[in-house]
Parts: sequence; C-alpha cells; structure tokens
Amino acid sequence: MSVRHALLALLSEGPKYGLQLREEFEANTGQVWPLNVGQVYTTLQRLERDGLVAAVGDGESMEPGPQKAYRITDMGSAELAHWLRVPPDLSTPPRDDLVMKVLIAVRVPGTDMSEVIQAHRRYLIQLMQEWTRLKEDDNGRDLAFSLVVDSELFRIDSVVRWLDAAEGRLRRALADGWKPAQPANVSPPIGQPKLPRPPARPRAAIPALSDTGQQETEPPQ
Amino acid sequence: MTTLELRSVSKVYGRGAAEVQALRDVSLRVAAGEMVAVMGPSGSGKSSLLTIAGTLEEPTSGAVLVNGEDTLRMAGSAKSRLRRQTIGYVFQDFNLLPGLTAAENVSLPLELDGTSMRKAHLAALKALEELSLGDRASHFPDQLSGGERQRVAIARAVVGERTLLLADEPSGALDSVNGESVMRLIHTYCKRGTAAVVVTHDAQLASWADRVVFLRDGRLVDQTAAPAGPETLLEQSS
Repeated sequence: MSVRHALLALLSEGPKYGLQLREEFEANTGQVWPLNVGQVYTTLQRLERDGLVAAVGDGESMEPGPQKAYRITDMGSAELAHWLRVPPDLSTPPRDDLVMKVLIAVRVPGTDMSEVIQAHRRYLIQLMQEWTRLKEDDNGRDLAFSLVVDSELFRIDSVVRWLDAAEGRLRRALADGWKPAQPANVSPPIGQPKLPRPPARPRAAIPALSDTGQQETEPPQ
Repeated sequence: MTTLELRSVSKVYGRGAAEVQALRDVSLRVAAGEMVAVMGPSGSGKSSLLTIAGTLEEPTSGAVLVNGEDTLRMAGSAKSRLRRQTIGYVFQDFNLLPGLTAAENVSLPLELDGTSMRKAHLAALKALEELSLGDRASHFPDQLSGGERQRVAIARAVVGERTLLLADEPSGALDSVNGESVMRLIHTYCKRGTAAVVVTHDAQLASWADRVVFLRDGRLVDQTAAPAGPETLLEQSS
C-alpha cells in the first residue's frame, strides 16, 4: 500500500498538518489500516526532499512535527495523477500458502482431500461472516469502509471458489481413474515389479489441479 | 425455541439402478430468529433439503418438525394450513404470477387462507412499504426490475405471521448489490424472530447467515462455529 500517494491525495484537497493527515488517512481507509504518526512524518520528509510537497507558513522549524503544515506541489499533483492510472503489477502470481498446502496435500499419501479443503473453506467462510457482520453494523454509512470490506469479501470469496473448483477437479480426476498418492514401501525387493510411484514431473502427478482434468495421464507403472 | 427440526432425514429418489440418495441421515435444528445458510455443490442435496423442510416433499425416512409439530403425522389439511400460514418460500426465479400486480401477488397467500380481500390488500401494502416498494404496489411483475421482483417475492413470503422462511438461491438471478440487499432483508426478518434457511452456492451471500452448514453427497459434513465479535477482526488487522 502506498502511504506516500495516499498522503499526496489528502494534500491535494489543501494544506494539512501531520496529525491531521494521519487521522484522515485512517478515516479514508475505513480504519482498517492504522498508521503511526512517525511514519507520516518520515514520508512527508521524503516527499519534501523529492519536491512533491512543500512546507507551508513560517517553515522555520527544520524538523517535521505538529507545527508544520504541508501543501502538494505541481510536481506532486502530476505524480499523483500518474500513479492513480498505473495498474499495480499483478502479473506474477503471489506464492500463496493455501495453494501450496493443497498442492502438497495431493502428494501426501492417505490424505482425505475433501476434509483438507473443507477445513480451509470453513475457516474462510467464518472470516467472511465476520466481515459481513461489520458491513451489516455499518449499513453502508461509511463509503470508504464499505469499499474496503467489499474488497476483502471478494478476495476471500475468490479463494473459496478456487477451493470449490479444486475439489471438483479432484473428484473428476478420481472418476477418470486418477489414483491419489499411496503409502510406498521403503525398499521394494529386487526383481519384483516396482510399486506405484508418482511420475517424475509434478504436473503429471497432479493433473486435477494444474490441468483440465480431462487430459490423459500416465497410469503409474 | 426451535422453529425447524430435521431428524435423521434421508431421501431416496428412484429405485434399483436408477436410485439416487439425495439426503443421508441429515439432522438440523434452526432456532427462532436464526438464519442458516446451506452450502454445497450442485447435486449435494441442497434443494431436496429445502423442499422437505418446507413439507413440499416427504422424506423417505426421518422426521420434520415445524414449531415442535411432526409434519409427517399431520392431516393433509393441517399441512396445507402450515404451508400457507407458517412457512414462506422464496425461489431463485421469483415465481410471481405475471397477471397479478405486486400487491395482488403479496396478498394472494392471505386470501387463499381466508383473509378478506380488503384486509389482505392492506397487509400486502404494508409489507411492500416495509421493503420500500410502496410506489410499486400496482405494477405488474414485468414492470419491475429483478431486484424489485425479488423483494416482492420476499414480501409475499413474509406477509402474515410466518415464522419460517425458506429460500432457494434467492439472489441467484441478481447482481451483487441487489443480492446483498435481499440477504440483508432476510437477515432483518430473522432479527425479528423469523427462522430462515437459505440455500446458496455463493459464499458472500452465505456469510450473511448466523451459521453456515455444508452439504456433500447428501450429508451435512460441517458447519461454521459460533460467530466471534466483529472487534476481533479489526484487532487482527491492526
């Protein structure tokens, strides 16, 4: 989250003091992201150094503090307008712990995938119930807060939907003959046929999650 | 007080090779004032659970109690009365009668129950006004937006003294803002003492419920814990 640009946005309304900026920042993010006042002053110092804001009034005090108000400069306004229109980089998938857990669970012999998925689903829906209760209590009065809560609900909802899809894919893969990982013998006797082992390529071992689930997979030999 | 209780309900459709077990030993209690959401993939038995809870279908085995009364032991006439007076139904596709105005759609269940036309009409207007639809009372369904139609359907489901509201994907055909207002509405009725069971596959809508239960292959496999206070969430995020 860019505190820098949030402060520029607040200053675009007119000159403000540091404490005031902190209060307004918190109000404008639905009180969900608290900000300490030290962070506000450090950020203001950097913005001033970069010529994006300027001190207002006597400006005698060298240190930023309660006595000093700031205004946005033309360069600051231009920077803010630019930033608002540049999409954040979402091109690289984040390393998602939940995705990792499900991918790994598929490889752990004897895992009941429905149970694993349901444990995560239940937790996420409980979390959504808590956010919804906040929304209900607020009843749409605080627009910024509603937007933040909506964004959290949509984010968690997308994870629940992914879990639903993952469960569906696993079921379909099982119906298509895919075999979940089985406990393997540590040392198969020489000369005996090899016990089933996961294929070398992880993608082939977990077709249900990474592919369409329709493709042919090599049965373990 | 328990408004709805399902005791070890099972439902089998068809026979022999065509046999489908829609519900397996499902037990569920819904208290007065409680809103329960039922989630599960399609084919998990959600709709069967709702039609059986609403006495529109009988279970193959088990018992269904509404306000403490065993519905399977009721005479046909008593059961019809229960459906008209106690249970309100909301469906995904609204099921409004196209030839009747909004007010007539809402007053119909009361009139069928023997209430005079005038009284039923007044009750319908009151129910519509509560849902901010007072100015739509004389509109026909095709003159209403999707969100308005569903609100009329909800007014029809709650008009009179219904204590049990059953909804099958009530916001399935609506956008997210309208869907939310439908759930908010059901939630408001529950706060006044109505018990509600809402079937949905949508987690955002289910999260309006006090409790979410999960169906898989006809079994109730899990449910959410009692809600924590909203304060916990804000503490965690700070």
